[in-house]
Formats: sequence, structure tokens, C-alpha cells
Amino acid sequence: METPVLKAVNINKYFLDPARFRVLADISLTVNRGSFVSITGKSGCGKSTLLYILSTMDTDYEGELVLDDEALHQKNDGELAIVRNQKIGFVFQFHYLIEEFNVLNNVMLPAMKLGKYAKDYIEEKATQHLKMLGIHDQALKNVNQLSGGQKQRVAIARALINDPLVIMGDEPTGNLDKKNSDIVFGIFKDICQENKQTILVVTHDPDFAKRADRIIRMEDGRII
Amino acid sequence: MKTGLLLNIAFALLMARLKQSIVAAAGVMFGIAMFISLVSFMTGLNKMLDSLIINRTPHIRLYNAIAPSKIQPVNKAAAYAGFRNFILSVKPKDEGKQIYNATRIIKTIRTDDRVIDVAPKISTTVFFTSGTIQLSGIIDGVDVELEQKLFHLNDNIIDGSIADLGTVSNSIIIGKGLADKLIVKIGDVIQVTTPDGDRAPLKIVGLVQFGIAEVDDVQSFTSIETAQKLQGKPANYITDIQVKLKNIALAPAIAKEYAQLFDVNATDVQTANAQFETGTTVRNTIAYSVSITLLIVAGFGIYNILNMLIYEKMDAIAILKATGFSGKDVKGIFIRLSMVLGVVGGIIGMLLGYCLSLIISHIPFETSALPTIKTYPVNFGISYYLIGISFALITTYLAGMFPARKAAKIDPVVIIRGK
Repeated sequence: METPVLKAVNINKYFLDPARFRVLADISLTVNRGSFVSITGKSGCGKSTLLYILSTMDTDYEGELVLDDEALHQKNDGELAIVRNQKIGFVFQFHYLIEEFNVLNNVMLPAMKLGKYAKDYIEEKATQHLKMLGIHDQALKNVNQLSGGQKQRVAIARALINDPLVIMGDEPTGNLDKKNSDIVFGIFKDICQENKQTILVVTHDPDFAKRADRIIRMEDGRII
Repeated sequence: MKTGLLLNIAFALLMARLKQSIVAAAGVMFGIAMFISLVSFMTGLNKMLDSLIINRTPHIRLYNAIAPSKIQPVNKAAAYAGFRNFILSVKPKDEGKQIYNATRIIKTIRTDDRVIDVAPKISTTVFFTSGTIQLSGIIDGVDVELEQKLFHLNDNIIDGSIADLGTVSNSIIIGKGLADKLIVKIGDVIQVTTPDGDRAPLKIVGLVQFGIAEVDDVQSFTSIETAQKLQGKPANYITDIQVKLKNIALAPAIAKEYAQLFDVNATDVQTANAQFETGTTVRNTIAYSVSITLLIVAGFGIYNILNMLIYEKMDAIAILKATGFSGKDVKGIFIRLSMVLGVVGGIIGMLLGYCLSLIISHIPFETSALPTIKTYPVNFGISYYLIGISFALITTYLAGMFPARKAAKIDPVVIIRGK
């Protein structure tokens, strides 16, 4: 239980435009396997920036990053894409589904990219996930026919499809009302407890943050 | 599996914005169609203009020029050898215009691999008499079959047929202008007087029109036998030997070679028609520059449309990258996406280009120079279609490649944060 899955050492990040500005200052943190961690802080404290670095989507930083005993800061674009595909699931504040695809295809996409299983199996798995999230009846609808809460659940299903080690969320409930937020939180909690997957969520919603196993508070680019 | 997935994504992206995709493909299509139809039309016209001259002109013409003897008697005299002899009032030698040993020369040339065929000709000036008027003109005694084969004389016959020259004895085909002046028609008999004073009645079996008044007013054709009979010459009397080559560019060199080999005068088509050569070069230059311009304009159009199409898909790029697609995959998707447009637009463009060419080739076009041509000439050369489709594929590849390469390099977060 107490093995670290994600480790960051001395992460520094600068914004160069309009002036050189240190967004993250010597951030070091360790996230244990199967834990539910929330990162919280005021707007502009660098929590989203940190999350993007941890998720490998931002490669312009200084410091060391280790995920599942693999040093990520040395990897190139192609290798990082594989890591994202296999080990990280990401849920954004805005759903970020591909509007050109229907719900099912959106969920299946990362698994199709992984290419480990046959299409039938992936489809079945995607349907199971949608069922678990209570939106399997929307599977063949277009993304823009769904409500905000439904879209976010589709995004979660997509994040889960490859059974990633870590699921990261950037304000996953930021755009949702109380009821839908509770649903999303419940889903995360279930995933964490039942599947032993690690959850790392950035939020400025104190209610949401409080209910996590561990809270990381940030201010002005530092962990406090 | 992977390639298929990328192609599927590309297809899905295209199908989702079908209208926009159709517009993009239409851009490719019109570019290619315009290129194909215009180039086909232009080269068709050029070919026709070239054929106006080339079809009618022998590539090499062998003849006996009227000239003084190159070796004058005084140069042969041993007493004056080594001197520089000045001779005044030299007159041309009376050898006649006959080419000696013409049949042997023709036979020899015919065995040359570089030659399509050889046709003999007897050319003489005559007077045409109708009632009391006399008009000067030219009679060409030609080998009916060879003349048709090499110079497509039938294309210019507006009435009657060249074949009748061979079958009807003492027959003649006269120029349209000449017939109008003499007020004669097919079936009439006209009196022909040679410079030596021989007269003969010849029956008109056809009218010929070249569209050049100077020629149509004087030119006439008869069979080689009739021409010989007319002048009271034997069956080996031939004044011109006309050669058609497989490669016209070799004409000057071969002409020199023949002149030396057979000891006759020889002119090549390039020398005889220098102004035509210039005209062809100018027309070809225009055709090439227009087609290159067309391709460049079409290319930029295609590039613009695809560029915009790809920038509109930036969201999708960020999402794909966030879910584990690498920069290479993203590049692959967008290159496939634009190639699909290139293939579809290119193929439809080829078909449309063919249809446009077909329409042009049915537009009426009357010219007195070529009485047999009734519609605009179009060159349906396959090479323009190949150039068109390969250009479509290359430009769409590049047009997809540049923005895709840029998209491939961006961290997904840059797109997401930019929202």
C-alpha cells in the first residue's frame, strides 16, 4: 500500500511570457499507490501547471519525475505518449471529448491506440465502464447531445479504459453542479477503493478536497 | 492495425465536418480539372498549328538547284592549276531540274531506319487555260498513296478524293482559289500548258484548300505519271524527293548527310521554315508557363484550405495527445486526412478535367486552313492526367505535412491552456 507510484523531485517551472516568472518552486512530492490525493490552492498558485507536468503533457520544466519506477524527464515525445496511453488517465475541467466521434468511440480511442486487445473486447469493456457510470444508454449519441455531467462521466470512462495506474483530474467537477459533483466524487472514490488505482485531483472546491485521503495545499508555486 | 486506426480517425474527422471537407476536396478538384482541361486544350491547339506546317512539309527535301558548275573548265586545265582563276559572267548550268538516279536514291533512303518514308515529286509551273484567260500555276505530280501517308493531303481536299488521282487517267486536283477564278467544278476539263508549250486537257477530280490564298490560287496536284506525260519526260523523271523522318530534330544533320551522299541539294524543315520554328517555341513557352502558373495557384489554394482545416482540429490534436497519441501519430492522422482529400479531389478532378476537355472538343471551330476540322482540337494525352494526379497527391501531402509537423511538436498543454 505504501509504495510510491509517482515521485517528483525539485520540479521548477518558469513562464517566459510576458516576463520570466517562476510558477513552481522546488516542488517535491510522492504519491502512494492506491491513494486518493487532492491538490488544492488559490487560483494561480500553480496547481494545474503542476498537474500538467505530472501528467507528462507539459515537458518544459526542470526537475525529476518518476512514474512507476520509470524516469519520465528523460523520455522523448513518443515514449511519453506511450506512458500517457498506458499508465495515466486524464479528466479535464472541460470534458475534452472529440466532438467528431460518438460517445462509445471516444471511450474506445485510447484502447484502440494501445492496440493490445481486439476491437470487440474493447467495445465490451467500454460499454461496461459506461454502464458502471450509468450512461451506457447514451453510448451511440454524439458528444454534443449530452449534458455537462454526462460528458464528464464519458471523459472518466475514457480515462479508465486502459486501466491506468494513476487517474488525474484537473478541476473535474469545476463545471458541474453539486449533484453531479457528488456523483463524480463517488466514482473516483469507488475506483480508488475497488480497483486500487491512484487518484490525483486538482480542485479549488474545498468540500471535494476535504473528502480525499490526503490533501496537498499549494500557495505561490510551493507546497505548504 | 495502427495505420488503419489513424486512417479511421482521419476519416471520422473528415466526415464530421462533411461540408468543409467537400469544399476542401473541391478546391483540389477544380485546380486539377482546370489544369488538365486547359493544358489539353492548349497543346491540342499547338499540335494543330504545328500540323498545319509539319504535315505538309517534308522534313528533308532533295532537289537539284539551278546553279553554275562548281568546277569550271579553267580549273581543270593543268596549265592554270595552282592559280586563282577569276571568271566573269558565269551562267547556271543547264542540267534541268531532274534528280539523276532518283529511283535508286529513293530505294536507298527507304532502307534507312531513321526514315518513315520517302515520296517522289515532280514540280513544274504551268498555265491553266479556260476560255480565253490564262492563269499561271504550279502542278505537283505526286505519288497518290505516299502523299496521303506522309502529308495527309486528304485533310485539305474539300471536294472529291485524292484516290481519284490514281484511278482516273489525266486527272487533276486544283486549288479552291484557282477553281473560283477559272469558274470550274469537279468533272470539268481544263487545258494545261507547260512552259515548253505542250498542251493537255486534264479532268478535275477534286478541290484542295490550304487556307493560304497565295497557295490556293496557284496550287494543283496530279499523279506522277500524268505529270511526266504532260512534260514529255520518261518514267524516271523526278524533280523532288521528299523525306519524312521519325525524329524531326535530326533533319538538319541527315539533310547534310544525304546532300553529300547523293550529290544533290538538300534542305531541312528547320531551315526552310525558320519562322515556324520560332512560332512553335513561343507557343510552347506560353503553354508551359501557363500550366506551371495554374499548378502553382492550385497548389497554394490546396495548401490554404488544408492548413485552415487542420488548425480547426487543434482541439482534437490536444485530446489525442493527452490520451496517448504521440506526435508521430498526430502527424500521421493529418497527413492521411489531407491525402484522402488529395486522392478524392484528384480523381474527381481528373474526371471533371476529362469532361471539360470533352466539352471543348465539341465546340464548333471552323477554319479555312483545315477544312476537315470542325471542332476545337484537344489533346487527350494521358501524361497531363498523370501530372495532374501526382501534383494533387504531392501538394496535399505537403499541405498536410507542414501544419501537421507543427501540431506534432506542440505539448498538448499549450493548446489546452490557450483555451
